Amino acid sequence: MTTDLVKTLADLKEKEVIKIVESRLSAGEDPFKILDDARSGVEIVGKRFAEGDYFIPDLIYAGEILKIITDMIKPNLMKKVEVKRLGKVIMGTVAGDIHDIGKNIVVFMLDVNGFEVLDLGIDVPAQKFVDTIKETGSKIVGMSGFLTLAFQSMKDTVEAIKKAGLRDEVKIMIGGGQIDEEVRIFSGADAYGKDAMEAVKLAKGWIGG
Amino acid sequence: MVKKWEEMTAEEKQDAQFQKLLIPKDHEGNNLKFQSPEAEANYKAAITRLKDAIQLRKTPDRVPVTIFPGMYPFIYSGMNLHEAMYDYDRCVAGFKKFVLDFKPDVHFGAAAPGPGKFYEILDYKLYVWPGHGVSPQSIYQCIEGEYMGAEEYDLLITDPSFYFRNFYLPRVFGALIPWSMLPPLTGILEMYGVAFSFIPYGLPPVQSAYKALFEAGAEALKWAMAVGGVDIELATMGFPQILGGFTKAPFDTLGDTLRGTKGIMVDMYRRPDKLLEALDKITPIMINMGLGAAKQTGKPFIFMPLHKGADGFLSDNQFKTFYWPHLKKVILGLIEGGCIPFPAAEGSFNTRLEYLKELPKGKTVWMFDQTDLAKVKALLGDTICIFGNVPSVMLQLGTPQQVKDYCKKLIDDVGQGGGFIMANGAFFDEAKPENVKAMVDFTKEYGVYK
Repeated sequence: MTTDLVKTLADLKEKEVIKIVESRLSAGEDPFKILDDARSGVEIVGKRFAEGDYFIPDLIYAGEILKIITDMIKPNLMKKVEVKRLGKVIMGTVAGDIHDIGKNIVVFMLDVNGFEVLDLGIDVPAQKFVDTIKETGSKIVGMSGFLTLAFQSMKDTVEAIKKAGLRDEVKIMIGGGQIDEEVRIFSGADAYGKDAMEAVKLAKGWIGG
Repeated sequence: MVKKWEEMTAEEKQDAQFQKLLIPKDHEGNNLKFQSPEAEANYKAAITRLKDAIQLRKTPDRVPVTIFPGMYPFIYSGMNLHEAMYDYDRCVAGFKKFVLDFKPDVHFGAAAPGPGKFYEILDYKLYVWPGHGVSPQSIYQCIEGEYMGAEEYDLLITDPSFYFRNFYLPRVFGALIPWSMLPPLTGILEMYGVAFSFIPYGLPPVQSAYKALFEAGAEALKWAMAVGGVDIELATMGFPQILGGFTKAPFDTLGDTLRGTKGIMVDMYRRPDKLLEALDKITPIMINMGLGAAKQTGKPFIFMPLHKGADGFLSDNQFKTFYWPHLKKVILGLIEGGCIPFPAAEGSFNTRLEYLKELPKGKTVWMFDQTDLAKVKALLGDTICIFGNVPSVMLQLGTPQQVKDYCKKLIDDVGQGGGFIMANGAFFDEAKPENVKAMVDFTKEYGVYK
């Protein structure tokens, strides 16, 4: 059995991952170190996805394995984890649209890659995005949408942000099944990404990392 | 001598189906009376054009053109989607206006919005719809979830109908919760004990579930009369409705509304054998679903929206293990039964095209969205009929000139020698009318084969 958590998780070997975590915990190892390794493993999953070696099921499965590890480690944590974050990203599926598979994958990959993600959920009104920018000072907003009617909601949301005088404070990225450069121009967003790793790349480009 | 249906080859069955489409019937089963000789000529020309494009035996007179929209016809006709779902007369009137204004060769009927009140009667929990979880301006959308538990595979595999009635349906229809109290039908065997199987039907909750069911049935029938009526009316005016029903790829059947996206994706790793067993079990059910619908409606086109087989959603290895074998069986089963499978490769299918080579020639129509159609033509031009793929974004945000340029390229690259139907690539709700019009009119003008 391999003892390398990073590699074993990157290879999506769930049962072996659990064994490694169990033995490291019972050896009294610092749980933060284990969590760090787990995150590094999932980062490799993301890289493999970006390179075309992994696909959506691999990302989802990696997320499930990470959840199990977190649940195993939780009882061993004396205090809440204070992970150093690259910055805050607001995410949500725009008004009128409840599709969230794509959005959830983006949230997961941003989180694993060191961002603090404020997930507003689905069918999010423009004002909610505006309020959250004000409350949190987040510098990045990600909008997701699957339906053709989402194009208009994205545009409305960008307008609302502009009206609130916050347009220059934030970078806005959009994504979803039909989203392309034409929709980006229509909506007034700064960029669009075709998948979760592009969202990570955009976010890192905007606020360092 | 005329061969019996059962004795015909798949080829002969398909020919017979087209022949049947050419002579449409009215409500009473008599030959349909067209409103004018011109309408009759248009109707028959449209069917023949479609037949030639699909069978790949000869080049049609021109590239067929149609529109397969989502909720666009109703938005175009000036109603919100709540109205389209609750006011059946308005719904079909709006649809009629859409067909008569744009004049596609064939259409796919006004069934898309569905009967709003029917969903309410049964307390449908699987979707939100306009005015019922989303705004009246939005459209109905599925609520993702695990409606079938990971531990329930054996239940499903042992008796799918029992599983559906007693477990799945009570979870997605609030009014059918009492169905979980019903005993299996296969326990009804002999005089002794037969009455036991019927005791639950005497219980008040079960009786109220059936009361809701009868009410829902009556509502569905009312809606179907409106939707079917406009099909016949449009047929008399020269516009055939060709859709016979729908079925799904077994992986999507399980993954869309039973296990959910996350559930089925994780199952590929955690319980691949159970998943495969369930897919095997569902495959003949999906074939019969299509064949049954075609028989009921008298129309051979069986639509198959493909979801989780798209590029990126599965690795090649996963696609060829979990998706393609069962999808292929369903397609072949439908062909064997004289149907014309009409899969829609939602998203893109660029990495899956090699598999489609395994299909028989001239038996299927494939709707494509973001797939490279020039590549499809080169690889599969002698196997399948290609349907698509004017982008939703272009229809909504582009200009008529952009649409025309795009259609010209499609006709030049993909239309060559036939085997191509011009249409939109994905279901759209919003578009500029002048763009939709440009797609139809330009194809009718430029798409004539010389």
